[in-house]
Amino acid sequence: MNALFDTRNNPKLVWAGVAVIALTLLVLPFALAQVGTTWVRITNFAILYVLLALGLNIVVGFAGLLDLGYVAFYAVGAYTYALLASPQFGLHLPFWVILPIGAMVAAFFGVLLGTPTLKLRGDYLAIVTLGFGEIVRIFLNNLSRPVNVTNGPQGIAGIDPFSFGAFDFSKPETLFGLDWSGPIKYYYLLLAVVLMVLAVNVRLQNSRIGRAWEAVREDETAARAMGINTTRMKLLAFAMGASFGGVAGGMFSAIQGFISPESFVLVESIMVVAMVVLGGMGNIWGVVLGAVLLSFVPEILRWTVQPLQEALFGRMLVEPEVIRMLIFGLALVLVMLFRPAGLLPSAVRQRELTDERAA
Amino acid sequence: MDIFLQQVINGLTLGAVYAVVALGYTMVYGIIQLINFAHGEVVMIGAMVAFTVIGVLAPYGWPPLLVVLIGVACAIPACMLVGFTVERFAYRPLRRAPRLAPLISAIGVSIILQHLAMLIWSRNVMSFPQIIESRTYIVFGAAITNVQIAILAICVLVMAGLALLVYRTRLGTAMRATAQNPQVAGLMGVDINRVIASTFGIGAALAAIAGVMVGTYYGIAQYTMGSILGLKAFAAAVLGGIGNIPGAMLGGVLLGIVEALGAGYIGDLTNLCRYDWLASLLSERCANGGHFILFGSNYQDVFAFVVLILVLVFRPSGLLGERVGDRA
Amino acid sequence: MQHPKISLTLVAAAVVLIGCGEQKKPAAKADAAMEVKIGHVAPMTGGIAHLGKDNENGARLALDQANDANIKLGGKAVKFVFMGEDDQADPKVGNLVAQKLVDAKVAGVVGHLNSGTTIPASALYTQAGIPMISGSATNPKLTEQGFKGIFRVVARDDQQGPAVASYLATQNKPKVVAVIDDATAYGEGLANEVEKTLKASGVQVLPREKGTDKTTDWKAILTKLKGKSPDAIFYGGMDATGGPLMKQARELAVKAVFAFGDGACTDKMSELAGAAAEGLLCSQAGIPPQAASKTFLDAYKAKFNVDPILYAPFTYDAANLIINAMKRADSADPAKYLPELEKGVHNGASGRIEFDSKGDRKDAEITIFVMKGGKIEPIAVVKGGKTQAYADFIKAMGG
Repeated sequence: MNALFDTRNNPKLVWAGVAVIALTLLVLPFALAQVGTTWVRITNFAILYVLLALGLNIVVGFAGLLDLGYVAFYAVGAYTYALLASPQFGLHLPFWVILPIGAMVAAFFGVLLGTPTLKLRGDYLAIVTLGFGEIVRIFLNNLSRPVNVTNGPQGIAGIDPFSFGAFDFSKPETLFGLDWSGPIKYYYLLLAVVLMVLAVNVRLQNSRIGRAWEAVREDETAARAMGINTTRMKLLAFAMGASFGGVAGGMFSAIQGFISPESFVLVESIMVVAMVVLGGMGNIWGVVLGAVLLSFVPEILRWTVQPLQEALFGRMLVEPEVIRMLIFGLALVLVMLFRPAGLLPSAVRQRELTDERAA
Repeated sequence: MDIFLQQVINGLTLGAVYAVVALGYTMVYGIIQLINFAHGEVVMIGAMVAFTVIGVLAPYGWPPLLVVLIGVACAIPACMLVGFTVERFAYRPLRRAPRLAPLISAIGVSIILQHLAMLIWSRNVMSFPQIIESRTYIVFGAAITNVQIAILAICVLVMAGLALLVYRTRLGTAMRATAQNPQVAGLMGVDINRVIASTFGIGAALAAIAGVMVGTYYGIAQYTMGSILGLKAFAAAVLGGIGNIPGAMLGGVLLGIVEALGAGYIGDLTNLCRYDWLASLLSERCANGGHFILFGSNYQDVFAFVVLILVLVFRPSGLLGERVGDRA
Repeated sequence: MQHPKISLTLVAAAVVLIGCGEQKKPAAKADAAMEVKIGHVAPMTGGIAHLGKDNENGARLALDQANDANIKLGGKAVKFVFMGEDDQADPKVGNLVAQKLVDAKVAGVVGHLNSGTTIPASALYTQAGIPMISGSATNPKLTEQGFKGIFRVVARDDQQGPAVASYLATQNKPKVVAVIDDATAYGEGLANEVEKTLKASGVQVLPREKGTDKTTDWKAILTKLKGKSPDAIFYGGMDATGGPLMKQARELAVKAVFAFGDGACTDKMSELAGAAAEGLLCSQAGIPPQAASKTFLDAYKAKFNVDPILYAPFTYDAANLIINAMKRADSADPAKYLPELEKGVHNGASGRIEFDSKGDRKDAEITIFVMKGGKIEPIAVVKGGKTQAYADFIKAMGG
């Protein structure tokens, strides 16, 4: 990783840092709840996006396969959860059963996408994955006929929240003298999941598989010559990336209680790609940073732009929504111009940068 | 038969629109291997500028064709200006950056252009001034309008003009050289920056023409109109082999026809009630003129993408593409 | 549908009511004005952002007027603060901004615009005990969830769909009808209701055709339908797609009568489709904006310098319903004014409003329009399953 996490030279400092971060993460929701539960919700979505970005990072960052249809796996996970835990089919399976199923179904779809596209590279892969994402969404939007499976554009409502017996994640209650709102409970669940996924990612990156992916990314032909089964490695990347998306989708479903195909549009895919690239492809901590930034900045803008204008001009000249999008677009361009490898570039990528691009 | 012919005409017109937009993608890609994600927005800006100009001139009672031409004449420089600016500030500094950086930058530009357009032209759907009176001609039982004929003609003209430019002019030679190998072309005295900027300019001019075509054909303009059109046209460019000019044409027309025929026929073909042995299984649904349609017109966009994926699986570099990009 | 004179008297009555409210109060101490926040949610970005702005204007107008009227609650001067939020027509963002409004302790919410965002957000509002009135969410599911304090002031899809379908079936007597929708929750929902009613009245309905809410090229679908020569075509979707649909149909010499729901029941249709729009039938849940009370129309035009597009009278009424219920309860506390809101009767810009036990508008009117000379003209009103000629309806209202 990088200097900040250099455990060899300064172990004590690192542990102190970890302790501070852990403590912050633990008290964060209660601090945020003082400002407003909205912020807890926003944080929860930020964690969901971290999950998604980490999943996509496996495909794009580790294995170097540009996937513009990643939201499809998110959708598959979300619908798997919704169909198995809602009045749609009258099924109400517990979440710890459905989430793994969702991950597996998403992984299956990952392989489904990966298999025909093994030979494709670069931009051709980009457009095919983009098409795949749209196809999945269109199917979800239209599988209400001839037999009603997904309820089409009407979406699925009344999705079960996560619960352990009587402990319901969506209901507010008072525990240990603290007010636990639904979003706060979900926060800790999401945090636990994201930490697990992070651990898996860190382990993966330095494993045989991780290095094989790196080899495939750098030079597929050479990788094959070195005895790496590139087909299997690519499919594995698609499947693993997809399964993270599937888990995130399932959690999204439960937190929202209502899903419809509108939530899984192309813009979502692009947003997740932007998070990965902005943060620094292939660098786990960069990707986390990218996801957190892109989740929070638009929300912060939503809260600041209007008061600011009223203070400056006495009235609203340009609506905050427009400014939010303009700044968002501008930020994407500027970050690319000044830090093209992302905010926290991966070491390998940095090395690549010094090489001729047109190799 | 006339229904089939009608669908082909529908598809051809739609395909011609895709093709002209796809040319913009493919030219830029051919030279610097960049997916100019913002190209769809440039088309939108072309439509909007023409919309404004035609709207202003319409009440004066000048000949309609002249007014539209003035509209195009204003839209082209406006789009070129946008194209040059975007290239200069958002793409040129990124030529040596990792592959995805210009792509993200392009996405950013696309968001910016869309919302600037919204500030200028409002968020409403606007009706494009219909000053050219639509006339319908019946050919072999199929209807074709004067606007459709014009679109097909312009599409062929643009194609021919572009071919002349690329294969018969100095700029074209420079463009092809840059596409082959920018370093060597630079050594041979080609001003690469100028060539690339010109490519963006030409692409933007084509976008302006496409914008006016779309506006006049469908009669509407809105600040969001560029994204879906851009996406389809991009798919068309890849289908034909991105970077390849005749390929963009072929891909566009093919995509248009696939969409039209797909929406027109697949619904009936996948109505399981028309197959006797299945109809008996589905007796309840098929009784009294009922139907059990697997894929109707609702899958129109899927047909396009499925064809795209199939073509790429069997011909990974598109129908007419020669080069296989070897960078991820 | 609203006679100018009637509406004038209504507004006069409302003004008198406000006056009475003031007189009843004991002389208030000159405390600083109490702030009462009213939230409004609609998409301000994206494809239907113009409708979102229209909705927001309606609600904003009501609040501004209330502020000008110097209302007092519980003896304190009240300043209504407008909190306009953008849900981007995205259910996820919808829940976020709903939570934001809940956190800000708004006293009531007007919105959201789309059923797709309103349904999930309604769960948050009801949990927080904040009343919500949508001026445009027509999906039946919204009020079928059994939530307390969730209302709407427009007719439901399953009232509007049957109304326009039965009008079509009885007046035009088509044998074969094609139904198209835009594959959105709104368009499909409405088209399903229309199809149901048509089938029940013995009309043959062709297999459903679908575009999207961004479709501009309908020619393939229309050509296919032409081969099956339907007598009428119903489209569930918005005017932005409905206009081109109709224009292209006429270019292809499709002669069928066109019918639309409220999303495409605007004057914009003639702008978008040109002469091709002549003769279309369409329905609006409630009354059309141009038939809203004249005082509302004038005030709207004066303030925003544009005409209302579609649902502005309804969001205006929704905001006024909340304000009036507060006045009757003499409190801005949701728990106190909600009972007043539930039982209250309000004569607003869109006519008389009364809620049933689910929170739907009782006997919501549906108006049937026809496009004549580039303008949509009301020709009939469907109320409680009965169809009345528009002129008769106005007469009855006047009498």
